[in-house]
Amino acid sequence: MSLVTIERKILEKNDAIAAEIREVLRSKKIFSFNMLSSPGSGKTSLVEKAIEQLKNRIGIAVITGDVQTDLDAQRLNRLEVSVAQIVTNGGCHLEAGLVRDALNSLNMNGIQLLIIENVGNLVCPAGYDLGEDTKVVVLSTTEGDDKPLKYPAMFRNASVLIINKIDLLPYVNCSVEKIRSNALSINPHLKIFETSCTIGAGIGNWCGWIESKIYS
Amino acid sequence: MHELSIAYEINSIIDQYVKAEQKKFIKSVRIKIGKLQNILPDSLIFCFETISASGNSPGPKLEIEQVPITVECNKCGSVSEIEGFAFNCINCGDTDIKVITGNELFVKEIELFEEEKNEV
Repeated sequence: MSLVTIERKILEKNDAIAAEIREVLRSKKIFSFNMLSSPGSGKTSLVEKAIEQLKNRIGIAVITGDVQTDLDAQRLNRLEVSVAQIVTNGGCHLEAGLVRDALNSLNMNGIQLLIIENVGNLVCPAGYDLGEDTKVVVLSTTEGDDKPLKYPAMFRNASVLIINKIDLLPYVNCSVEKIRSNALSINPHLKIFETSCTIGAGIGNWCGWIESKIYS
Repeated sequence: MHELSIAYEINSIIDQYVKAEQKKFIKSVRIKIGKLQNILPDSLIFCFETISASGNSPGPKLEIEQVPITVECNKCGSVSEIEGFAFNCINCGDTDIKVITGNELFVKEIELFEEEKNEV
């Protein structure tokens, strides 16, 4: 019987591919973020709004992940930007290898912004580096203000929190102040936006943040 | 259910050692998982045992060491283990802290045994 010490990172393959992606994107001066949330929080709507506001000034590509369908890609294709759909066939998160393959299928000429819309899930995607510059977590008011406490790793790993569907606040038992304090207790450095894709509230601030990150 | 993906990655790592060590088999695998990784140990053990079993033979045993979240305060310098996920210093309450442990996710060691030769 012998004991062999190996000390190897379990996600070493994923991390190596993510590092390659990051290097390629940075060499091409493409800013990228990984958008994460539970299903139905409004990720695709926020991406649509950002594309509508920014596509005349910024070259945008989107990689969108879905467990089963290409419905999100169909929605985004109407906006005439480069879109690649990853269907995970039941997989609960995107991995760097899937993103690399999707990137290879996209025409990245003139692209300055890559949005990766992850599979709707607040647990599994948190630990997978996709080579993005930063993570944006979306939480809608219908999900309740205790979500940051229930899914702390996701809020800890993100740098931006979007509180979406604020137009529904009069109808749901949810306090934006509680979302803010709960999220900031997990991650005091979070930058927070409040948005509604239905009435357009906060979309300008959210798009302004994206634009401020684009390489000049 | 990313435990299944994690189980496949562990299997892929340890497979390389079986090939390198002829006639040796893996008895157990020891891994370290930080509490920030959102991994359920029971689910991971179930997934790993399922994919590494061969016919009626069970695969290696997976032993998991869970690592607590410890933080160092950038203001007062104290190091403390945090309960739950309230990321502030237990000593002074400041939120300017650095995570020291809790993000671990690696295979630490494997225990090998050699197949006994059957004398004819």
